[in-house]
Amino acid sequence: MAKTNGAKSNGTRRTPPTREARTYDAIVIGGGHNGLTNAAYLSKAGLRTLVLERRPIFGGAAITEELRPGFWFTTFSYALSLLRPDIIHELELVKHGFMPILMPSTFCPREDGDYMLLGQDHGENHKEIERQSKHDADAYDAFNHDITKVLQAIKPLMDQAPPDFWSDDPEELIRLAALAARFRNLDRKVLHDAIRLLTGSAANFLDDYFESDLLKGYMASSAIIGTKVGPYSEGSGLVLLYHLLGEHDGEFGAWAFHKQGNGGFTKVLARAAESFGVEIKLEAAVDHVITTGGRATGVALANGDEYHAPIVVSAVDPRRTFLELVDPRELPTELVEQIQRFRFQGTSAKVNFALDGYPRFPTLGDRTDQYRGFTNIGPSMEYLERAFDDAKYGWYSKRPYLDCALQSTVDPDMAPPGKAVMSCFVQYAPYELRESDWDTEKQNLGDTVQATLESFFPGFGSLVLQREIRTPLDIERTVGLSEGNIFAGEFLAPQMWFMRPALGWANYRTPIAGYYQCGSGTHPGGCVMGAPGKLAAEAVLKDRDRGKVGGNGAAGTSRGGTRAAVGGALASTSSRG
Amino acid sequence: MIRKTPFHERTSALNETGLWEHWSNALVAQRYQMSEKFEYFAIRNAAGLFDTSPLYKYRFTGPDAERFLGGILARDPRKCAVGHAQYTLWCDDRGYVIEDGVLLHVAADEYLLTAAEPNLAYFQGFLGRLDAAVEDVTEDWGVLSVQGPFARDLLTAVAPAAKDLAYFGVMQATVAKVPVLISRTGYTGDLGYEIWAPAADALAVWDAVAAAGKGRGVIPFGMTALYMARIEAGLVLLDVDFHSSRFAWTDADRTTPVELGLGWMFRELAPPTDGKTGSGNGSSATAAANGHDARAFIGREAIARELRERTSRWQLTGLVVDWHDYDRIYDAAGLIPPKDHNPIQDEYYVYDDELNQLGYATSQMYSPMLQRHIALARVPLGLTAPGSRVKLELPVAHRYEYFDAQVTRLPLFNPQRRTA
Repeated sequence: MAKTNGAKSNGTRRTPPTREARTYDAIVIGGGHNGLTNAAYLSKAGLRTLVLERRPIFGGAAITEELRPGFWFTTFSYALSLLRPDIIHELELVKHGFMPILMPSTFCPREDGDYMLLGQDHGENHKEIERQSKHDADAYDAFNHDITKVLQAIKPLMDQAPPDFWSDDPEELIRLAALAARFRNLDRKVLHDAIRLLTGSAANFLDDYFESDLLKGYMASSAIIGTKVGPYSEGSGLVLLYHLLGEHDGEFGAWAFHKQGNGGFTKVLARAAESFGVEIKLEAAVDHVITTGGRATGVALANGDEYHAPIVVSAVDPRRTFLELVDPRELPTELVEQIQRFRFQGTSAKVNFALDGYPRFPTLGDRTDQYRGFTNIGPSMEYLERAFDDAKYGWYSKRPYLDCALQSTVDPDMAPPGKAVMSCFVQYAPYELRESDWDTEKQNLGDTVQATLESFFPGFGSLVLQREIRTPLDIERTVGLSEGNIFAGEFLAPQMWFMRPALGWANYRTPIAGYYQCGSGTHPGGCVMGAPGKLAAEAVLKDRDRGKVGGNGAAGTSRGGTRAAVGGALASTSSRG
Repeated sequence: MIRKTPFHERTSALNETGLWEHWSNALVAQRYQMSEKFEYFAIRNAAGLFDTSPLYKYRFTGPDAERFLGGILARDPRKCAVGHAQYTLWCDDRGYVIEDGVLLHVAADEYLLTAAEPNLAYFQGFLGRLDAAVEDVTEDWGVLSVQGPFARDLLTAVAPAAKDLAYFGVMQATVAKVPVLISRTGYTGDLGYEIWAPAADALAVWDAVAAAGKGRGVIPFGMTALYMARIEAGLVLLDVDFHSSRFAWTDADRTTPVELGLGWMFRELAPPTDGKTGSGNGSSATAAANGHDARAFIGREAIARELRERTSRWQLTGLVVDWHDYDRIYDAAGLIPPKDHNPIQDEYYVYDDELNQLGYATSQMYSPMLQRHIALARVPLGLTAPGSRVKLELPVAHRYEYFDAQVTRLPLFNPQRRTA
């Protein structure tokens, strides 16, 4: 078996443990980054918490695997940006090895040998953009300034639970009033820009600023990632905004590579969770949530073992949370219908390479420093839109958009000296293919990606030592994300904020008392962000403090002494907005 | 006329920025690449090469060299056997620090000592009738510092015996046919080595180390990345965190070693407890073997008195700014909280809740490894306990704001590999 980041340390015990040993204060279903984050917060607040992970490794889609000796692959998720800074501090991740390494540049090549290489130096970036368009150099500053104002305005929404417009809870009404006041105080241009982005297309917005195809192609790439939209589709503005909300060391839109990839990150997260007392059980597939009298009381595993707790949190996607882990007949029909309408339609794939050396870009000779960040194969908005066109009609792009990262350039431990690993995010690769299936098309997709790379980097094929393809179907089968949607549900306006995953059920609770949701299918959404996990923990702990859950049938092992301190930390955080 | 270091031919070819600093009248790169932060990550995640040649270097020789140094240096050089190095400092007779440096015991009756500023006349002034000599050998050596987790691999590749060199060990070796000295030392708080090569042959040593690091993310780093690393490591810098007592105008600008957080150097100043070993010079060797330091070095009496009577005015310690308070203050000012890793090596004042000044920070930065704003600061003795709260004054939107900060033990960043 391949070595993995989440080493198998805690497999399912075959001897059924005693009922007492199988009783916890809280059980989290799914050991992805949100499940681990949620469990860490619950445990920190004094709840004896168990994480149940179906696979032999934890991390969900954030794993790093040594699929060839010395070569470490970020099989799925591959970079870090949106992780909430609060989580880094509150879970003391630095103490456990948190290490986001700067990716100092972004390389945007064209097939004809022209390119744009953006880096850390403002003046150098101006000159680099001027090579494409003198007009765009200061437009780039204007764009960044305008968009940063929008990001500043909406960022607080990422760090708090969505509002419940139908609530009559006085605390919620105060929150709503504060929200209204916040929007009323916004600069009108900022508000208008925000609405244009949240409802319109990225292309419209970018066309207002830029004329360079290459620059627009690069900017628009962030507007399509993970979502079945093209840059000209309305709704792509929202995806752009979402990705730009990420930050690295205070810089919006900047990405980092965590030491040993995102698997390295979830390993840090698991260590932090365990330091708070979380127990992680691997190869423990949950079959269903046990309910008694409309309350969750535990879970039953596929092997028949049962674990009991008055709090059960699902870190898996909304479809599994509401339609598979519980009997939909126990839920309001309206909710079931909303979840049935919830769009997944995964549209991305991964093709990862082990390389014998670094690709050669003809006009840069033997230089390799251009690969220290993302290499963006999306030289114009038209290129991206045409790639989308294929997907509209049920096929993968003949010329796909690729977000590549030669991660061994920033973390040399990822590959043997002089060799490289290259992660390629591929779009579009729709989950449902017309008149074919992914088991048939898998290698063809790999060939398409490799041929695309060959056209930008002649000789690329000769460097390939190994190729690992992960289609949307593989993502679904391996990670469990429905239809392979990397965000656990599409980033479409009707599926965001107070509507994620369903109107009236965006506050991490469910109609079943004691049953909660904390996956990327809840607000704010996907990416290695941790916010859903954290905000769900706040909801659980608030209910606990109000005596709504955890009072009856709890294991009685709460470390009450830590409650005040942690509650205080959460309260002070949530009051920031 | 600005001078060039023995590695200049390589460093100038590698410096893509054209940015240089003048260090003791020699050109050293401020940063080689457009991103100093990338260079910093090489130190923390791979290995970085640093040209530390401009540092002053003194060679002490002769049968009385040890005795001579023992009378000047604050740490006991008799504890530094051949093949060992010692971080040390020298004080004036009032117990104020003049400078710090690293002492290398390279052979019987031969030592090397680094210093930030010229000290030859000062040292020579104390030679008296001792059979010892001191000379300035600064320009005889090119010193290549190799710092970071891969440093041992690189050293082992060019000098296999370096594999087992202990923390603060010193050895003779041959790198690329050049006889060199290797010390397991550095100024980054990471696993690191310094290779001392004869100036004329220094380039061959650079080339050998660079070749060993090829394809492994090993890059040269400049002064900015060095300063970032040294602040995290709590390593003090002359004229930033302290001033030479020889050239200070007032005692407010002078610092004792204890105030600098280096009180650990003097654990052996306390008299022996068994009462058998005397404190006279005659039995000093026995006393030293027993751990007691009975030397009459310059400043001894003053330092012993300071320790006995607890008269230190402050102590250098780490500060970690409360991230929540930091973000809150910037948010309230309508600004995005900056997280700037560029070191600020300047004074900022430290207060209590009623805004009475308590002390001051001498160096600060946002640490990408620690994900916090950190500082080195002088605080009163009553506040040196980790967790003590102070306020750090920083300008925000053209006015001063007061940020909650916690006193933290130095070093702020201290990986196991540093000494392992």
